[in-house]
Amino acid sequence: MSVVSINGLTKTFPKGNVTALQGIDLQIEPGEFVSLIGPSGCGKSTLLRVIGDLIKPSAGTIEVNGKSAHQARLDHDYGMVFQDSVLFDWRTVAKNVALPLEMLGWDRSKRKARVDEMLRTVELQGFGDHYPWQLSGGMQMRVAIARALSFEPALLLMDEPFGALDEMTRERLNIELLDLWRRMESTIVFVTHSISEAVFLSTRVVVMSPRPGRIAGVVNIDLAQPRSADTREDARYFEHVTEVRELLRGIGADEHGSVLAEETV
Amino acid sequence: MTVVAQPAPRGSVIASVRTKLTDWVPAIVVFLLAIVVWQLSIQAFHIQKFLLPKPGAIVSAFWTQRGTLWSAGWLTLKEALGGFAIGSGLGIFVAIVLARFRRLGDALMPIAIAANAIPIIAFSPIFNAWFDPLSPAPRMATAGVLCFFPVLVNTLRGLTSVRPAQVDLMRSYAASELDIFRRVRVPTALPFVFSALKVATVLAMIGAIVSDYFGTFGSLGITIKNSVSLFDFETAWAAILMASILGVLLYVAVSLAERFALRWDPTRQERGSA
Repeated sequence: MSVVSINGLTKTFPKGNVTALQGIDLQIEPGEFVSLIGPSGCGKSTLLRVIGDLIKPSAGTIEVNGKSAHQARLDHDYGMVFQDSVLFDWRTVAKNVALPLEMLGWDRSKRKARVDEMLRTVELQGFGDHYPWQLSGGMQMRVAIARALSFEPALLLMDEPFGALDEMTRERLNIELLDLWRRMESTIVFVTHSISEAVFLSTRVVVMSPRPGRIAGVVNIDLAQPRSADTREDARYFEHVTEVRELLRGIGADEHGSVLAEETV
Repeated sequence: MTVVAQPAPRGSVIASVRTKLTDWVPAIVVFLLAIVVWQLSIQAFHIQKFLLPKPGAIVSAFWTQRGTLWSAGWLTLKEALGGFAIGSGLGIFVAIVLARFRRLGDALMPIAIAANAIPIIAFSPIFNAWFDPLSPAPRMATAGVLCFFPVLVNTLRGLTSVRPAQVDLMRSYAASELDIFRRVRVPTALPFVFSALKVATVLAMIGAIVSDYFGTFGSLGITIKNSVSLFDFETAWAAILMASILGVLLYVAVSLAERFALRWDPTRQERGSA
């Protein structure tokens, strides 16, 4: 059974009559790492939010683990990570990670055990009593990832999580994320506007075109697992990067999107 | 990954108190200098005591009449505290209701902001007609109405200025509106509420004292008014001193509560320690 099954999905925003997504069909299988890439305004974040039941579709169906997206949300099937780490300033690192566990009604000792385990997983042991402002941007993002994974959701939805980080931190967190993905056997949908990041992380890259947002093409990334820093020097990696870039060029993303200009590959 | 500075260890509390004292030194020096200049200029320029008594004379009047001043002060403080509690409490309550029913809030917010600009103190004699003037009720009402609007406006602003991403995150956990209220809206609103409460302490004292002028037997306001009409300016100033001390104490109490409630807030941390 697919983790995510989207059929004929359309999303229109009544304000300004904008068609954000049109005719989206997408199946995501268990254990996949799928990136959504495209220029600004292609609806990739909207698609992620529709999957996560934060936005209702205008037409079409979406099923998550065989249920409606709404039921999946009520069943706590989603872990979400946003571009901004969205930590709660008034909560310590440990209490931020514990937040979803509180919502699930876990008791204190069970919460503490899991929080300790998660902080070890993201290499932040000893930082539990710190407040978010005492951490660097990369560390804050690791807290957000620990929080999203703490309750072992069926599906991890990530909306440009490393977009605001510097290149070195981003590359390191890419490797850490792949490590977590493998160990926790999770399924990830990842929104990015970095071609290199999409290719490096994913098993599949979905290229989207803007106005209205559509799937322009899908690139299967057959790079060997586990991936490492060496993967970025693999000839096959560059071929995939070129393939994704050609697809983006085909939809005219290099003309009015900032996507390619920001690329460092 | 860069290693981030650890927060100051517990042992540095004394050090932090010492820095705080050094921070205060300039203010204390200026204050003492002002008192000295005040005292000296009265002697030098032969300023009449109905214009300005000597600080020494005020302090000695304060000391000799400390008993009556304290009971007058206590009476006025009770009026201010009552008004503060009722006005701020109602302000917070109404803000919570309006935050829950946004359409109602949007309709009433401009009225609240306009009401906030009205000199409510002008209603004080009216409240004497509405309530039993021999009870503290009319003074508490003045202080209460003065506190109500700024607390309402600020609390509502705080409750509605949550970051949308935090609400989205809570929704992704299938959190209820109540969960979002408790875990997102209230913590976000707290800094707004406390700045309003600090303003409210000042307004409550003003409301109580000015209402006292209309004839509250044994209050600070009437002590000031009667002493002036008897040309006992030292006593009037001593009563003002008492009012100032009580006002500052009330403000400090709220500030301490704020510091405790918002100890997570990075803008309130001492920069030197982290």
